[in-house]
Amino acid sequence: MDRDRQSLLALVQNALEKSGPDALPDFDGLARSLELPPSEVYGLATFYAFLGEKSRGRHTIRVCSGLPCHMEEARSVLTRLEKVLGIEAGQTTPDGRFTLEVVSCIGACDQAPAMLVNDELHGRLTTRKIARVLKSYT
Amino acid sequence: MPQQRVILRHCGIIDPADIDTFLTRGGFQALEKARRMTPDEVVAAIKASGLRGRGGAGFSCGLKWELAKAAPGDEKFVIVNADEGEMGAFKDRLLLEQDPFSLIEGLAIAALAIGAGQAYIYLRAEYRRLRPGIERALDQARQRGFLDHVAVTVFEGAGAYICGEESALMDSIEGRRGEPRLKPPFPVENGLWGRPTIINNVETLMNAPVIIDRGPDRFRNLGTATSAGTKVFSVSGDVARPGVYELVLGSPLGELVELAGAERVRAVLVGGAGGRLLPASRMNTPLAFDTALGSGSVIVFDETRDMVDMVYRSAAFLAEESCGKCTPCREGTEVLMEILGRLTRGDGAAGDLEALQALAGVLAEASLCGLGQSAAVVLKDALAYFREDFEGRIAQSGMLRGLSVLRPGNLV
Repeated sequence: MDRDRQSLLALVQNALEKSGPDALPDFDGLARSLELPPSEVYGLATFYAFLGEKSRGRHTIRVCSGLPCHMEEARSVLTRLEKVLGIEAGQTTPDGRFTLEVVSCIGACDQAPAMLVNDELHGRLTTRKIARVLKSYT
Repeated sequence: MPQQRVILRHCGIIDPADIDTFLTRGGFQALEKARRMTPDEVVAAIKASGLRGRGGAGFSCGLKWELAKAAPGDEKFVIVNADEGEMGAFKDRLLLEQDPFSLIEGLAIAALAIGAGQAYIYLRAEYRRLRPGIERALDQARQRGFLDHVAVTVFEGAGAYICGEESALMDSIEGRRGEPRLKPPFPVENGLWGRPTIINNVETLMNAPVIIDRGPDRFRNLGTATSAGTKVFSVSGDVARPGVYELVLGSPLGELVELAGAERVRAVLVGGAGGRLLPASRMNTPLAFDTALGSGSVIVFDETRDMVDMVYRSAAFLAEESCGKCTPCREGTEVLMEILGRLTRGDGAAGDLEALQALAGVLAEASLCGLGQSAAVVLKDALAYFREDFEGRIAQSGMLRGLSVLRPGNLV
């Protein structure tokens, strides 16, 4: 079996990061360069929660919706973020600063309710802590 | 029996950034010992220990290694499954954070045993922040010559629960959607790029140095006849002290829940969304492969919790994470979530419970992989132990519909 496409996850990730907030990532170009049908690249990108076919803002907030977080009012964390940022889950703020997403268990159940901002974990969230965390990402 | 820290013995004690703190506690001595043994002897020791996979499936680790070793081929792979995605599971996160060296030692032993020259650590995207620590530990192990026989690469996932399933995980490394393959052939013969491959959970591999170092008999003497050794548990939910605990396999569930400081327990979910839901009356259930275990995720619900809501969240997780390859799981988890969602919103109907029960049968019988096959187990347990919650929701729904007729808008 050929190993040419081994790095496809990373290449898609790269294409997403390179494209500006209003532009679409160049998946067609990526498909051509790997001699793959575009459907293979789109199919992969839309399969993984951390990829997708739209570029994201500078910072991605991923609110955990796993059961332990749900039990600690993850819903109100999301509501709070939606209110403060003025967007709904799945959207990016107009200034391109934050993208808000809801994800499955992030493995921080001992610190519920929790969220990831980019790669960093923030747990035991309260209204005050959410405000403090948001301020630290410019 | 109190906590028994075997796998956790270095956690919180060594400095994960300094291999010397690991070496002074006997680190990598098991690898040195394994190097003096033949690969067959290493495999035989793991097999004799009775070690079973800690990721949830519970397959014999020694048999897996034996088959991969025996499989023809010059190129073989070891893959560490660090795609911990089970709802309520976080023990591998702690192990990777606090003791990456034991994992590296286990991986090195596995590669030696089956004759693999290459290894991957498949790290879930949600744990990307742990990568620098793992890379640093790998570098230090390389510098000391512990990885001369195997090239190790960290591969980052991209957010897909299903990639914890071994064949989906391999697809992901190959640059594809992570969709479980039809088995056989099994990865031990036909794995990554068609080569013989073993895929072991983080915790499973961390058991290998313990077995080589102390001998299989001492390992086997811990636990039960079919569940040897200790198990690391992730405990969360309605407990005073959520966290990671290690107990000898076969310990009663109640003991673990008590350690974590649970009070007024109504039920415990063992093994995440595809696990077992046990009522307070079953706290004497042994935590073992043939009873309730999974990957060791334990979520505690107190008396204030509504089981319909809990089961709904669990079903929503699976509906989101179903890969979509096979129809029973793709559609079944969706319908499961829909019906349970209606029940939680007070919009249930007569016949819902019968429909759920029928669906549970289809999912279990017709799904391609473990995700779909176990998707309705929690529901079946909930219907067996907490049927009144579901019936109450349906009765309430009927009343709500009756009331809506009387709303002013409906009278005009």
